[in-house]
Amino acid sequence: MTGLMAFASSLPQGADYIRILPEIVLSLFGMVVMVLDPLLDEEASQKILGAIALVGTLAGIAATWYMSQFPGLAFWNMVQVDGFSVFFHVLVIAIAAVIILISYEYMAVQKIRAGEYYALILFGVVGMALMTSAIELVLIFIALEISSISSYVLAGLRRNDASSSESSLKYFLLGSFATAFFLYGVALMFGATGSTNIVVIGQRLQEAPATLLVYVAVALMFVGLGFKVAAAPFHIWTPDVYEGAPAPIVGFMSTAPKAAAFAVLLRVVFEINAPGGFWLIWVSAALSMTLGNIGALVQNNVKRLLAYSSIAHAGYLLVAFAAAPVLGVSAAMFYTAAYAAMNVGAFAVVSHFANAGERYVTLQDYEGLGRSSPLLAATFTIFLLSLIGIPMTGGFFAKFYVFSAAVKANLIWLTIIGVLNSGVGAYYYLRIIVVMYMREPQRQAPVTPVPLGLGFALATSFVATLYLGLFPGRVLHYAQDSAQQLVLQTAPSPLPSSPIVSGAPET
Amino acid sequence: MSTDNLSSVILTLVTFAPLAGGLLLMLLPRRDRDIRVFSLVVSLLTFVLSLHLPVYFHREHTQFHYEINRQWISSPNIHYHMGIDGFSLWLVVLTTFLTPLCVLISWKSVHERVKEFFILLLILETALIGVFTSLDLFLFYFFWEATLIPMALLIGVFGHERKVYAAVKFFMYTMIASVFMLAAILWLYAHTGTFDFVTIRDRITSGGVPNFPAAAQWLFLGFFLAFAVKVPLFPFHTWLPDAHVEAPTAGSVLLAGVLLKMGTYGMLRFNLGLFPEQSRSNAPWIMILALIGIIYGALVAMVQPNMKKLIAYSSVSHLGFVVLGIFSFTQAGLNGAMFVMLAHGISTGALFMLAGILHERRHTYEISEFGGLASPMPVYAASYLFIVLASVGLPLLNGFIGEFLVLSGAFQDRAIYGVLAATGVIWSAIYLLWMYQRVFFGKVTHPVNNSVADLVGFEKAAIWPCAAAALVMGVAPILWLNAINPAVQAALAPFAQMASRMVGQ
Repeated sequence: MTGLMAFASSLPQGADYIRILPEIVLSLFGMVVMVLDPLLDEEASQKILGAIALVGTLAGIAATWYMSQFPGLAFWNMVQVDGFSVFFHVLVIAIAAVIILISYEYMAVQKIRAGEYYALILFGVVGMALMTSAIELVLIFIALEISSISSYVLAGLRRNDASSSESSLKYFLLGSFATAFFLYGVALMFGATGSTNIVVIGQRLQEAPATLLVYVAVALMFVGLGFKVAAAPFHIWTPDVYEGAPAPIVGFMSTAPKAAAFAVLLRVVFEINAPGGFWLIWVSAALSMTLGNIGALVQNNVKRLLAYSSIAHAGYLLVAFAAAPVLGVSAAMFYTAAYAAMNVGAFAVVSHFANAGERYVTLQDYEGLGRSSPLLAATFTIFLLSLIGIPMTGGFFAKFYVFSAAVKANLIWLTIIGVLNSGVGAYYYLRIIVVMYMREPQRQAPVTPVPLGLGFALATSFVATLYLGLFPGRVLHYAQDSAQQLVLQTAPSPLPSSPIVSGAPET
Repeated sequence: MSTDNLSSVILTLVTFAPLAGGLLLMLLPRRDRDIRVFSLVVSLLTFVLSLHLPVYFHREHTQFHYEINRQWISSPNIHYHMGIDGFSLWLVVLTTFLTPLCVLISWKSVHERVKEFFILLLILETALIGVFTSLDLFLFYFFWEATLIPMALLIGVFGHERKVYAAVKFFMYTMIASVFMLAAILWLYAHTGTFDFVTIRDRITSGGVPNFPAAAQWLFLGFFLAFAVKVPLFPFHTWLPDAHVEAPTAGSVLLAGVLLKMGTYGMLRFNLGLFPEQSRSNAPWIMILALIGIIYGALVAMVQPNMKKLIAYSSVSHLGFVVLGIFSFTQAGLNGAMFVMLAHGISTGALFMLAGILHERRHTYEISEFGGLASPMPVYAASYLFIVLASVGLPLLNGFIGEFLVLSGAFQDRAIYGVLAATGVIWSAIYLLWMYQRVFFGKVTHPVNNSVADLVGFEKAAIWPCAAAALVMGVAPILWLNAINPAVQAALAPFAQMASRMVGQ
């Protein structure tokens, strides 16, 4: 009888479900989309399913707000709701919402069947959201797989295009390798510390000196996560995959799963205090910035160019990881948000402009856009200036916070590499602006009027980019507060250090 | 509104009036004439507003005037801190003075995308004024970078044949150099917790910045590199001729007139203000670079077949005088440097306008395409001569005062510097007068030039104010210098202390 009572009391409470409410809501909407898809004819499904998915993301954001009222642990310490996870929940779900708005027009133009597309985006977001709140490495792995598998399929959705299939297959093969590395790292970490809970691992490592096994585990986990964020030297897949995948999906892949993977990396680096992590990150940051920028210099395809630029931006972001905890974490959080705003915006323009079959994606196609479609060109220019890091845009403050955190941590060389790189990086973004405004078109690529949904998506990214550039205070404060909480958790905390390795309830 | 109330917001008004005008311009319909008139009104209004600054400027006290200091962002600690002293006062007025003239000179020459052109011009004016009025390092960097985009677009969209190359080169050169300044600013912030110029300066003076002695040389270089490229100091000058030759006339005028002064202003304000000891110890090689710039710039100018390139290289030479004056650390040298900055802004600005007028009529800058222009265009020739004489430093015109002061400062520092720099005055007379002779005297060599029209109304309205300013500045330099001198003395105070310390040892 008492055994039964104990079992009953160990069952998840209501609050536990609230702490994964956004994931539940998004999964439900994803299922509804799946179920409705075969019932609707193609014409209707384009509109209705997209609308349902959009409502789903908005409901997800509302659920996140509700969840944020119940901070704490859930499901036997596997999930943690804190400022940090709320921040990333809102970020990835908002990215998905904007991407769905962009896809509305894109799907119609490219003639892609809608059903699984929207469902996959929603399921992918479930995985990414879970990644940011999970503090149990095995759960993180499962969430990572959920998000990755949706991305693999989404990358291949332009079925009648060979480059899209190539993109999907390449992403899948390399991605599975990378997740395998991650899993291997988790296994070794478990062997070394006897736990897969991040907080417990952090405490164990504080108590005992790190063994070789720990170093190997950290390195392997970094390989897996480095692949997901496209950090050098695990970045080789990025340009090919981004070139072939549907443009809105590239906007999605380059921001949301990256943000989620960075969130995991932040927890691993700053909560576990991963030994040896510093130099891994230092080298990877320097390499990513340099290789990304140099690679982008010679690109002629805008999607490939932005792919290399995303490698470079992963490098800038990693600089923050090498810095001191609170400043570094908050700078990284701000950077992911700013990067999401500007990059999603840039891809919104690219996917609108690409036209049927993604015919217009080279630099030459953008010639004269400043004249034929001044508003679209001006919006794109703002996103590009933000990617350069020009004042008054979110990208400027993002770089600024990262580098000032680095200087504060005395990482002078990394800062110099970084600022030099951002100088070099200016060149290729500038090329796009030059082409749009200063070149006469050789052949006029057709510019269709911007439909309502896309206009809304563009306006959202535009406002977010400028808001972060002019009034960064609120977002930064929020990031700093949650960074503070996150770092405090590493200090000896009242969390029970009982074995929760198998995820079994304590009895 | 009483003057006290106005004084507290005047800098904000002057800085952002052009931007507000530019934003309003976006809403106007594309009727070119209305747009031109509106831009002229906005820029004249800004000029009139900016006249408040010298009128209510207290000549005797050395503090910053018209200060405004509000928090902009709490973390990092960024303030909207503006204020001017004798260094920045006249540079602000120079900017507001030149902009309406730029509008006038572009009246006819810009006939495509007129709206965009004037929007960019007005945004550029705000950014330029902001550079001179900011007292918060972050705000300063903000405006500093903000000048890049409108200028690069003015060159790249409205320029001549190789405009794209020139625009990208200009952008990349100055952008890459200024990220070093950003790194130095970030270091200062990390070690003082503030971006406020005055606070940082006081903390450095009182020795309250940890690790400062070890880093000071690098910080000095970080700032200096950004400024040296902007000036441009030899050997960082290669972007300048390209940018000037390809830029539209108004772009050249603001580029030579104001943008280059951002660099020398930055040296005065930040290199001397924050790092006096490093300024002193680095002065020898900087002065040698300045001397090379003076002589090399002049020699290269002499052999240019292209009128605009000639004027561009003459800027390299003149700005060498400014740097020489600044790093002589003498009262005469600094006063002279400031005065050369103003005089060069006016006379070189006018020279670029004159070259632009010729280009509009003949679509070329090649000196060999002209000759004997004095007979078909007498008013133009007379105006040109006046400005050339001002530029070569004829006494009673503005060029003379500044160069004289710089030279006497350089002599005080080391006689050989003065001697070498003095040759620069001779060179400038040679290349400018020789160019003048080839273009205007003799017979008309190309028949087309017989029918070239003389100056018309709005061109006179653009040139003659410059000529008048050149004359007044040459006759009564004290009107300018009595505001500059207190700032010079304040800037030199730490050097006097250093000298007395060295004597004491």
